[in-house]
Amino acid sequence: MNFDDTPEEAAFRATARAWIEANAPKELEAELKQGGFANNGLKSVDPIVASKAWQKKKAEAGWACLHWPKEYGGRGATPIERVIWGQEEGVYGALSGLFIIGHGMCGPTVMAWADEETKQRLLPPLASGEHIWCQLFSEPAGGSDLAGLRTAAVQTTDGSGDWIINGQKIWTSGAQHSDYGIVITRTDPNVPKHKGLTMFWLDMKTPGIEVRPIKQANGQSGFNEVYFTDVRLKDSQRLGAVGQGWQVSLTTLMNERLSIGSGMPTGFPELFDFCMNLQTEDGLAIDDRSVRSRLAQYAVKASGLKYTGMRAISALSKGETPGPENSIGKLVAGAAMQELAMYALDLQGQGGVVSDPEIAAAGARFQQMLLRSPATRVEGGTDEILRNIIAERVLGLPGDIRVDKDVPFKDIPTSGRG
Amino acid sequence: MNFDFSDDQKQLRDQARRFLADRCAPAAVRAILEGPEPFDRELWKGLGEMGFLGAAIPEEYGGVGLGHLELCVIAEELGRAVAPVPVASSIYQAAEALMLAGTEAQKQAWLPKLASGEVIGTLALAEGQGRVSEKSVKAIVSGGKLNGVKTPVADGDVADLAIVTAREGGKVSLYLVDLGGPGVSREVLETIDPTRSQAAIAFKDAPAELLGVAGDGWRLASEVLDRAAILIAFEQVGGSDRALEMGRDYALDRMAFGRPIGSFQAVKHILADMYVSATLARSNAYYGAWALSTGSSELPVAAATARVSATQAFQHCSKNNIQVHGGMGFTWAFDCHLYYRRSNNLALALGSQSTWEDLLIDRLRQRNDAPAAA
Repeated sequence: MNFDDTPEEAAFRATARAWIEANAPKELEAELKQGGFANNGLKSVDPIVASKAWQKKKAEAGWACLHWPKEYGGRGATPIERVIWGQEEGVYGALSGLFIIGHGMCGPTVMAWADEETKQRLLPPLASGEHIWCQLFSEPAGGSDLAGLRTAAVQTTDGSGDWIINGQKIWTSGAQHSDYGIVITRTDPNVPKHKGLTMFWLDMKTPGIEVRPIKQANGQSGFNEVYFTDVRLKDSQRLGAVGQGWQVSLTTLMNERLSIGSGMPTGFPELFDFCMNLQTEDGLAIDDRSVRSRLAQYAVKASGLKYTGMRAISALSKGETPGPENSIGKLVAGAAMQELAMYALDLQGQGGVVSDPEIAAAGARFQQMLLRSPATRVEGGTDEILRNIIAERVLGLPGDIRVDKDVPFKDIPTSGRG
Repeated sequence: MNFDFSDDQKQLRDQARRFLADRCAPAAVRAILEGPEPFDRELWKGLGEMGFLGAAIPEEYGGVGLGHLELCVIAEELGRAVAPVPVASSIYQAAEALMLAGTEAQKQAWLPKLASGEVIGTLALAEGQGRVSEKSVKAIVSGGKLNGVKTPVADGDVADLAIVTAREGGKVSLYLVDLGGPGVSREVLETIDPTRSQAAIAFKDAPAELLGVAGDGWRLASEVLDRAAILIAFEQVGGSDRALEMGRDYALDRMAFGRPIGSFQAVKHILADMYVSATLARSNAYYGAWALSTGSSELPVAAATARVSATQAFQHCSKNNIQVHGGMGFTWAFDCHLYYRRSNNLALALGSQSTWEDLLIDRLRQRNDAPAAA
């Protein structure tokens, strides 16, 4: 049992470290370190320009999309090399946030389901950061129940084979910056819901697409609504067969769960530092027994996540597929961050209500965490969906009894209290 | 990176699991819970013969000389089987204390017998209710004679050898006391977990032999507790996994409202949360195992982390295993209470959860301060 690199891993790490040392945008390091729970911290430069510049530089030297094949702009690296790169890239990894969905989900889906010509055309500019992609899945009527989506794609009868799309997507991260996207649609409402779906890729500049940022509960706008009004797509933009969209979407979601080693933050190191320095009328907060008890509970969660990640990386290092234990990350971290933020504010007394970074303790970091953390418990699978996944796929418990499974989609009830 | 046990160690774990499935079925645990015997003597003998007890004791002292990682995987299986044997006292604590602080003669005298199981040792720190600390030590040694009362002492009713904290000239040291010698009287205590018994031991001019440097007793005891915390964390992790499996199996079999209760989200989510805490505890225990086996300077932090996490997980899993079982989980006939009892026994075995939470924060502070001081 050890944390040491194999000789090959050590060699790869040395090469990566040397290249990053020579090429990283060091002028941004200090700002990126200040980045927090809702942004990458950049103020002196346009974050998009800076992100694209770093991605381009990496691509030119063969360090973009490490896990992709070389012919599509990647490096053909092993999963463990990808993890090592992430460790070495460190704070500069925050510059990749803009591309996570494209590189981690859209790209692999296109790779698995598009024809060769399309892959050659679309993937390299995605790898190099020239194009930003988004994933148009969730809808007002289909979040946790993704297969309940209603955005309709109807094939024209004019002989062109084109499809006309109408409907609305929601919670689309980065749609306002995106050049391309993949969209899942309903092409047949007369069959059970999972069977009537079809996936397409599209250019976000296609006429009829309108992106509207959502003003979130924390005041920021990272997500969007995307409206489709008679958007015309070519049949060649279809990914997979007509009616195969659910299966195609699973490729995307599977890739989401395979991305490992990023390590969800819990906020514990920040809270610990805060308590080390917070003066109360009884002395330092960290000397208070009740504070210590709470801190210890958060400490073992943060540590447990860290070493669970190490176990997953070890499996990758041996060429194994990591086990399901990795599925607990967001479930634990999201709830921990929210509780911890509330506790940090409590320690600040009445003053905890102030969120002005100039006045508030720790630059209002905990107030920002408090306001952002509800989203973490919902996005990318709610806490409840994650528990279902653990219960069903890890523990082997039966799925819920489904009232909508064998019913044609059009006959599924849509209103609650009517 | 290889933050995992080796194939050989995993084979050893499988071997221990098979052995315990055969020799320590729930009926064997119940026999101790319900019967007059304080522990399972046949199983204890078998564990000695298999070399499980002596796994981390060097060959020159009659052990197998494997190491602590091997002892960790064995501990996990003992926890899984809620083995009714004095292993935590005799091996995780007494043998560790001797390996840490014993003179050559002391090691030669005791370790081979501890490794074989012929002699049972224990560590006697507590002197009644409340937190165990250096300040709580009141027993006194003078002229080689020990006076005082230690209670509760895990396996104190069956132990042959006690390692005791006591004061001599005001300073706390560790002492070896032969419990078969003069001046020792003991009384079995009624406890929440009779499968690992406890006793009160009164010493009246009992001969006591210094273990380790005089005045170094509390530091040594703390180090032994750290090592034992990691090994017991593996017992707790094994117990958590088994409690989770029992709950899962029952949820698959038990029907209500025309469907398996495991298809209700209210039940599934309880089990998912048990899986989460068991997984976090396992990962933290591995961190402890790594620190223990490498003698890392992180051992104090790792031990407290493993301890707090494993205590939380085993209590969480054992209580919710009963919850998933409903009324049947509260019957004497079902095995759920064996795990509930053991989890709450182990939660106190080396000091309470709040004691370890305190230690963890102290040690994290020290670690944070260390670079500045250097």
